[in-house]
Amino acid sequence: MSRRRDNYENSRWMKFKRWVDGETDPLAGRMEARAYEDKKASHSSNHGRERLEDLEADTEEVLKRLPIFANGYDSVVDKGLMAFRRMYKVMSVLLCAGIIAVLLWTVSYLPVFGDAKNPDNNEVSARYIEKGLQETGAVNIVTGMILDYRAFDTFGESCVLFIASCCVLVLLRIDDASKDEHVQMRKKEAEYDRLYEPKNDIILQKCACILVPIIMIFGIYIVLNGHLSPGGGFSGGAVLGSGLILYLNAFGFQKTGRFFTQKVYQRVTLSALTFYCLAKSYSFFTGANHLKSGIPLGTPGAILSSGLILPLNICVGLVVACTMYVFYTLFRKGGMK
Amino acid sequence: MSFVQNFPFFSIIIAMFSGIVSSVLPGKAAKRLSFFAIGITTLMSAAVLAFCLGTGESYTYMMGHFPAPWGNEIRAGVLEALTALLFGIVMFLAVLGGLDYTKVDVEESKQNLFYILIDLMLSSLLALVYTNDLFTAYVFVEINTIAGCGLIMIRQKGRSMSSAIRYMIFSQLGSGLFLIGLSLLYDVTGHLLMSPAKEEVGQIMAAGIYKIPMLVILAVISVGLAIKSGLYPFHYWIPDTYGYATPTASAILSGLVSKGYIFLLIKIFYRVLGRENVIDSYLANVLFLFGVAGMLMGSIHAIAQKDTRRMIAYSSVAQIGYIYMGIGLGTQAGMVAAIFHIFSHSASKALLFISSVGLYEVSENKKDYLSLRGAGYRNPMAGIGFGVGALSMVGVPMLAGFISKLLFATSALESPHKMFITLLALAFSTVLNAIYFLRMVITLYRPSTSSEGKETEDEPIEAKKSSWNLRLAILCFIVLNLVLGMSSQPIVAAIGDGLMMFE
Repeated sequence: MSRRRDNYENSRWMKFKRWVDGETDPLAGRMEARAYEDKKASHSSNHGRERLEDLEADTEEVLKRLPIFANGYDSVVDKGLMAFRRMYKVMSVLLCAGIIAVLLWTVSYLPVFGDAKNPDNNEVSARYIEKGLQETGAVNIVTGMILDYRAFDTFGESCVLFIASCCVLVLLRIDDASKDEHVQMRKKEAEYDRLYEPKNDIILQKCACILVPIIMIFGIYIVLNGHLSPGGGFSGGAVLGSGLILYLNAFGFQKTGRFFTQKVYQRVTLSALTFYCLAKSYSFFTGANHLKSGIPLGTPGAILSSGLILPLNICVGLVVACTMYVFYTLFRKGGMK
Repeated sequence: MSFVQNFPFFSIIIAMFSGIVSSVLPGKAAKRLSFFAIGITTLMSAAVLAFCLGTGESYTYMMGHFPAPWGNEIRAGVLEALTALLFGIVMFLAVLGGLDYTKVDVEESKQNLFYILIDLMLSSLLALVYTNDLFTAYVFVEINTIAGCGLIMIRQKGRSMSSAIRYMIFSQLGSGLFLIGLSLLYDVTGHLLMSPAKEEVGQIMAAGIYKIPMLVILAVISVGLAIKSGLYPFHYWIPDTYGYATPTASAILSGLVSKGYIFLLIKIFYRVLGRENVIDSYLANVLFLFGVAGMLMGSIHAIAQKDTRRMIAYSSVAQIGYIYMGIGLGTQAGMVAAIFHIFSHSASKALLFISSVGLYEVSENKKDYLSLRGAGYRNPMAGIGFGVGALSMVGVPMLAGFISKLLFATSALESPHKMFITLLALAFSTVLNAIYFLRMVITLYRPSTSSEGKETEDEPIEAKKSSWNLRLAILCFIVLNLVLGMSSQPIVAAIGDGLMMFE
């Protein structure tokens, strides 16, 4: 073995390496010990006792990881496994470095960024810029592109959000009616967790009183002016959603539950996506069959202009805001009740 | 423009719309709506197929008021319609067959979410098949990935959660590489629609510029989609994913989802990057080698498995290897064989997953193959279904698998450099397939006395009938296999025509 410096264990590199390997827990010894992941997964009837055992085991683990016990800890690990892990790390670093090198090498052969002669400055972008206003009625060319020229892609994107929220519902929603033991246990845990939630934080509430209305109005402004100025459904919806989350944090579930329940969420998402789907189906159908759509484009620059873009922006904004809020409630306590 | 030409667009929108509406429906109504959506889109695909065979050419369909390089576009031809039709049939039967297990595995209040996932999965598969736009393809790849994760983890038991996470990581890696490839491609061509992008690629290749970016684009897109479809060295997500999901999800994931990505890859090869460029860049050879490795290694892993469903899952690795080997041959015949194998594998693999469930339910839900001893007598329909699926995978005449092996072998004769390896790999892989599949089938039809001792002798071997929907699904799958195996000529001809239309 090569010679080590005496305080090698405490050298900066060594600390960094341990941190990268995930061997050090920055909160170890200062926080309530965590239960083991794998034991948590196996849920038996005598859950409480097992939990206690987990805590004891975790405490032992923390003790082991303190520098005094470090030598004893290392010798336990199987040598083959250690070699494999080392190999694995080296290989993964090499692979990533290889991929990065290849991609950077490729980038050096690509057309120079911003050059007027680039292949992407072709008739496609020329028409978007020159005729975008006239054909879509939207002053904001980007909105015209995503909601009119390439509206099918954007419909797909809103469905990505929809299906993502469905998956989170699958994963995290806790149903009262469920008879499954595991779900009941999660429900109880969530209730216990809520006992320690800070309530009625006066500073937060006062700030929220001032900020939430401004945030909401700003979000609505971004959504409604999506066809006139930078912004649109996705960004405005995100602002609205964060406003709702702030309100929830300040005033708790009881207040938000008065206007935003599971049913409201479902209805809003359903009607927004249905409108989007029907409106765009109409537009695709007429377009493909070379029929006149008969939707007036209005005067560019007015708030009521650019045909379907304004209602579609509202729909996208609603879907995004609801999705963000629902994600938050699901991750926090598995539902909106 | 005839009304039938609207059908590809209708079918994508109907599938999406029924997913959206299902979010407020109770589970049973969502189930009915889902069946309705799958059924009607399948009928529409059949109508489009008949239309395209009648006119003998493909057509593009403008999504909106703006023509090709500016607006979105989908495209339908013989091959697209045929693939959509087969995907629809397999999906319908997979949902039908796994119905009882969906009820058990999925919580009561989350039933409608399951059918939302099914509907959106269908719409994304249809969009991947019909798309003529690279970015639309990416968006629907994303929907497909997320729906796939949801379908795996909705059975919140055992290892399904960890396998969903593994699937998600691999899939996201694949999607990321695919997206990098698309952005590089857009940078050098300036187009996202397939047809103008192909013209641009042709000019770039003729001028001999951007050689390195083109090579990297080819590699990154192929590797991305290969990871997502589970080509051999990237197959580690397959066994857990297929082995622990609910049966419908296993059948759909193995039979359709990975095939959708392969179809997209073939489409990109033909319609964007150009088949000659793929062959000239030697990428075809790389895919060929990985395919051959997958054929052998997948089967060897499958032999080592005791759990039946994991065994079937490893067999998927081998079959994906076959498909990539066909693509890698680089000839028209190889490609036809690969596409036919996409069809025959989705029909047989879904049949295997669905009928293995019927065998479990008469064997106390034990999963190792030894406890399935005699299950073929206890549940005759499932036994026959498993037998047909297994024989089709091995390549017994009259079944779908035989035709694809025949096509692979004949197409190998056309490419002199790869002929020897292909034929050898086919022979070895068939023997390996036979080892584990026939072992399984023989186990099913052995009397169940010897392993359990005397106790089972007293017990009368009762032929338990599983529910009608499982038996109906198995019967239809068997018929589908026989149709693919016995009247393959028109299908092969249609695939050939469809590939000609791709160029």
